[in-house]
Parts: sequence; structure tokens; C-alpha cells
Amino acid sequence: MIRIEFVLKKLVQVIITLFGVATFNFLLFRILPGNPIRLLARAGRLTPEAIARLQILFGLDKPLPVQYLYYLNNLLRGELGYSLTYRRPVVEILSERITNTLILLAAATVIIIIIGVGAGVVSAVRRGTRLDSSLVITSLVFWSLPTFWTGLILVILLGVYFKVFPISGISTLGVSFSNPIELALDIGKHLVLPTITLAIVTMGEFMLITRSTLVDVLTEDYILTARAKGLPFRKLLWKHGVPNALLPIITTTAIYVSLVLGGDIQVETIFSWPGMGRLMYDAVLRRDYTILEASFLLFAATIILANFLSDLLYMLVDPRVREA
Amino acid sequence: MNSYTEGISTERHESQTWQMLWADPLGRMGVLLLVFVLLLSLFGPMIFKFDPKLVATTAQELLQPPSAQHMLGTDELGRDVFRATLAGSRISLLVGLLATAISILVGALTGLVAGYYPGLAGSILMRITDFFLALPLLPLIIILASIFGQNILITILVIGLTSWPSTARIVRSQVLSLRERQFIERIRSLGADDLRVIAIHILPNVLPLIYANTVLVIAGSILAEATLAFLGLGDPVQVSWGTMLHFAFVSGAAGRGAWWYLIPPGVGIVLVVLGFVLTGHTLDTILNPRLREY
Repeated sequence: MIRIEFVLKKLVQVIITLFGVATFNFLLFRILPGNPIRLLARAGRLTPEAIARLQILFGLDKPLPVQYLYYLNNLLRGELGYSLTYRRPVVEILSERITNTLILLAAATVIIIIIGVGAGVVSAVRRGTRLDSSLVITSLVFWSLPTFWTGLILVILLGVYFKVFPISGISTLGVSFSNPIELALDIGKHLVLPTITLAIVTMGEFMLITRSTLVDVLTEDYILTARAKGLPFRKLLWKHGVPNALLPIITTTAIYVSLVLGGDIQVETIFSWPGMGRLMYDAVLRRDYTILEASFLLFAATIILANFLSDLLYMLVDPRVREA
Repeated sequence: MNSYTEGISTERHESQTWQMLWADPLGRMGVLLLVFVLLLSLFGPMIFKFDPKLVATTAQELLQPPSAQHMLGTDELGRDVFRATLAGSRISLLVGLLATAISILVGALTGLVAGYYPGLAGSILMRITDFFLALPLLPLIIILASIFGQNILITILVIGLTSWPSTARIVRSQVLSLRERQFIERIRSLGADDLRVIAIHILPNVLPLIYANTVLVIAGSILAEATLAFLGLGDPVQVSWGTMLHFAFVSGAAGRGAWWYLIPPGVGIVLVVLGFVLTGHTLDTILNPRLREY
């Protein structure tokens, strides 16, 4: 059952937050030292008259509030501007990149959930044992690893010394594949190192969250009652323990997405993966503010929507929220 | 119930916390790691001075593996990696600590006010906090750094002013529950003014929680500095572990198999961050009685 009021309330919150992010974004990029015209002028040596004409063309002669309305209007129509370094509309560039990033994030997320939750459950069940403490230490070490450095070490180890996996790009350059299966295999090979890197650095936190929530759940009264009634531990764990421990984990979705997006930027940079992260890194190097602005907006919107979806999911699975 | 939540002397509680931290193998490992790294960054650069301008004069000295002359080899400009790593520890720690100071100050203040005045002021503050919590942290830091330029002060400000919301949330929820405690209500009914209640009765009871959080924020700030510098947004004049890895990356050290250039600064980051994470994680367990039962 989905309660309409709850969904509507959350939806309104989402819209307000998105609006806030857009406004924040607008203000941030308007206080930039120098405006886009000066950027153009530096490159092309424009006359003052040409600059004035361009300012009128881009609406930069208007007062800030009017510019803001133009900006919102453009956003609503899906206009994200024109990149001066790519000489193409930003929307076009983004839409080419998003799929590549989604492939990487999906692959990493599957691994993180399976290994992270698995290790967390084992650790919580065997708490206090040597296995538990070594799993906790491993997670804390993984937590401490800088993503980009982990990537670099894997490049050196598995890419340069052992030459097991390709270290750059999404597919082998200059090779045309006769059938889609070969292409998929090639992409899969290129996917291995970036995925492992992203999984390693994010897994630790996931495992620790699972462990602590499951330990919490296992101390609840209803678990003790079920145990006292003689329910076998295995059944108790998988029917009552893990599902209840997963609930709080759903609420950490936004944190997870933020974490994994941050990791994604670094991993794509190291492995030249042609996605959103690498795009952002290149934009930083070239100071392409239109792209930076648009990718920030996209990243923020992703987190806000992920949060919204996790709220809905939480409502679907937790009877207390569902009926309250 | 813990003694400190009832407003009894917090001093005894603090020495207790120290003992429990030291008694925990993970906590002890963390503290020892931190002492080790601190000593290294304090005395290391004094003994093995690093001159960033001392570049090689011949091509044979560039990106060389470890030798008798250079314990950990040389970088792409022929400088000693070992000495650079020692020097880099100072900038990484400095940025991490100062950024954390800003973050904790803003976060704790917001949390205290929002928790103590749960009405309109509190909810406005929490809305702002939630808004910043909803922004993607690394992209935000990247964007701010690329707009405001590359120098160490900007790096500190950007990291400090973006990482406070989680602290604000933690402090607020603790203050909210403290506010309802009897001893606070009694003191307030005796006519103590708000500032006094906050400073003398609430703050000391929130501090233990802030300590644990601070230690973890330092870890995050050091990682953030390294990441920012690695992406080329650090201060190019100040050598930190992140800037070393940035130059290692753009000079193609990984593809050329120059492990001696990549491993030292990275291990430095991992050791410091691990030190803070182990200490912070243990403090968190000690100060969270629910987890302590197990």
C-alpha cells in the first residue's frame, strides 16, 4: 500500500530541494571571476562592440533576477548550455556519457551489496570472534583507502606487471567487432579493474553499517522472544534478523549514492572510462564551467531522486511507516 | 544509563574513555599509528630536508627506482620521493586538521542551536543542514575549488565548510534529548539563562560525542584533501601526498610501472586515515552503549 499523502509530501520536498540546488548552482556560477564572454574573448580577441553584442545575445546585460528567470526557464526546457571546449550542446555530451557511468555503477553496486551485506551478516553473527575482528579491520582498512590510489595500484599490479586486464577506456581502440557478444566481452574486460576499485573502497562502509544494524536488531526483544520459543537460529537470522537490519540500510541509500558518485569520478579518471566522472575531471582541467555546472546539477539530482526512491521503498517494506 | 548523561562530572568519564580506548586492540592500534605518523611528520622533514626546487640535471636521474642514493627512488623531475613523502605529510595533516576545526565549529554550533531551540529557528537550521546533506560531496568540493582557485587556504575552507552537516545532525539529536532531561529542566526552572545552560550543562555532555565525530571528520578531510589535490585542484606550491600522486598520475608513472613513486604517498594517506578511523570507530563504540553491550 502506498499512502498518497506521504508520497505527495515527499514529492513536494524533492521539488523544493531540486529548486534549491538549481538556485545554489545559479548563484555559484554567477560569482565566478570573469564571465563566459571574457572566456570567449580571451580565446578569440573580440572587439568591445562584439563583446557587448554577445552579452546581449547571452542575456548577460540583464539584471541578475532576470537572468535567473531565463536560467530556470532553460532548465525546465532541458537546456543546459553550450560547451565552449567541446563546441557542442552540453545535453548531447551528457547523454552520451550517462550510459557508460550507469554500467560501471551497476556492476560495482551488485558486488558491493553481495559482498558487503554478506560480510556484515557473517561479522554480526560471529561477533566477538577472530573472524569478526578481521572482517571489521579489513573494512576499516578499505574505508581508509583513497579511491584514486587504489585504482593506481591495481593498474600497476594487474595492468602493467601481470597484464591481466586492460587499464584504460571502455573498449579496445581501433578494433571493430564482428558481433555484439565479442564487443560485450571486450567491454566486460575493460570493466573489471574500475569495478573492483569502486567496490573495494565502498564495500567497507557497507559492511560496517550492515554489521552494526544487524547487531542492533539481534538485541531486540522480539528476537530474544523468538529465540526463547525455540526458533532455529538460521531461520531466525534470515526471517527476522536480516530483513529488519536491511531496513535502516535502505535509509542510507543517499549516503551510498553520494559515496559511489565521488568514487566514480576518481575511478573514471584513473581508467579513462568515458562516463560522467571522466567528463567532470576533463572539465576541471579545461575549466569548462558549463559542463561542471551541468554535471553538478545531474549528480545532485541523482542523489535527491535516490533519496526519494529509498523513502518510497522504505514505506513499501516497513509496515510501521506504511500504516502510521 | 551512562553517568555522563545524568550530568555528573564529565572529567571522570573522559579518563574512563581513554582507558577503554587503550584497552581496545583496534583503538590502541589507531592511537599508536597516529603517534607514529605525527612524530614522523614532525621530525622527519627536519632530518631529511626536502627542496622542491632541487630538480635533476640529467635525464638519467628522472623516475629512477630505489637506489643507495635515493631510498625510495626519484620522481619525474628527479627529486627524492622519500624526502617528498615526509614533507608532504605536513601539508596533508595541516589541511585535514584545520578543515576539521572549521567543520566541527560550524557543525557543533548549528547542532547546539538547532537542538536547543527546536522551534522555527531550529527547523530552519535543519532544513539548511539537510539541503547541504543532499548535495554530492565530492562534486561540490570539486566545483568550489575550481571556482575559487587553487591555494591551501581555499582547500581548507572548501573542505571545512562542506563537511559540517553530519556533525550538526549528531549534535542536534543529542541536545534534543538532553534538553528534556530532568536536571536541565530543573536548572532552567531555577531561572538560569539559555547561554549558561548551553555552555555549562549541555555542551560538556555533548563533547564526548563531538570527540568521536571529530576524529572521523579528520579522516574524511585528509582523504578529501588528497582527492582534491590528486584531481589537480590542490595548491601547486605546497607538496602534499595528493599533489605528489597528481604529478605521478599525469606523468604516467603508473603505466611506466614506477611503483616507488606511487606507493609511499599512498601508504602515508592510508596510515594516517586508518589511524584516525580506528581511533574514531573505537571511540564511537565506547560512546554508543548499545553497541558496547556486544
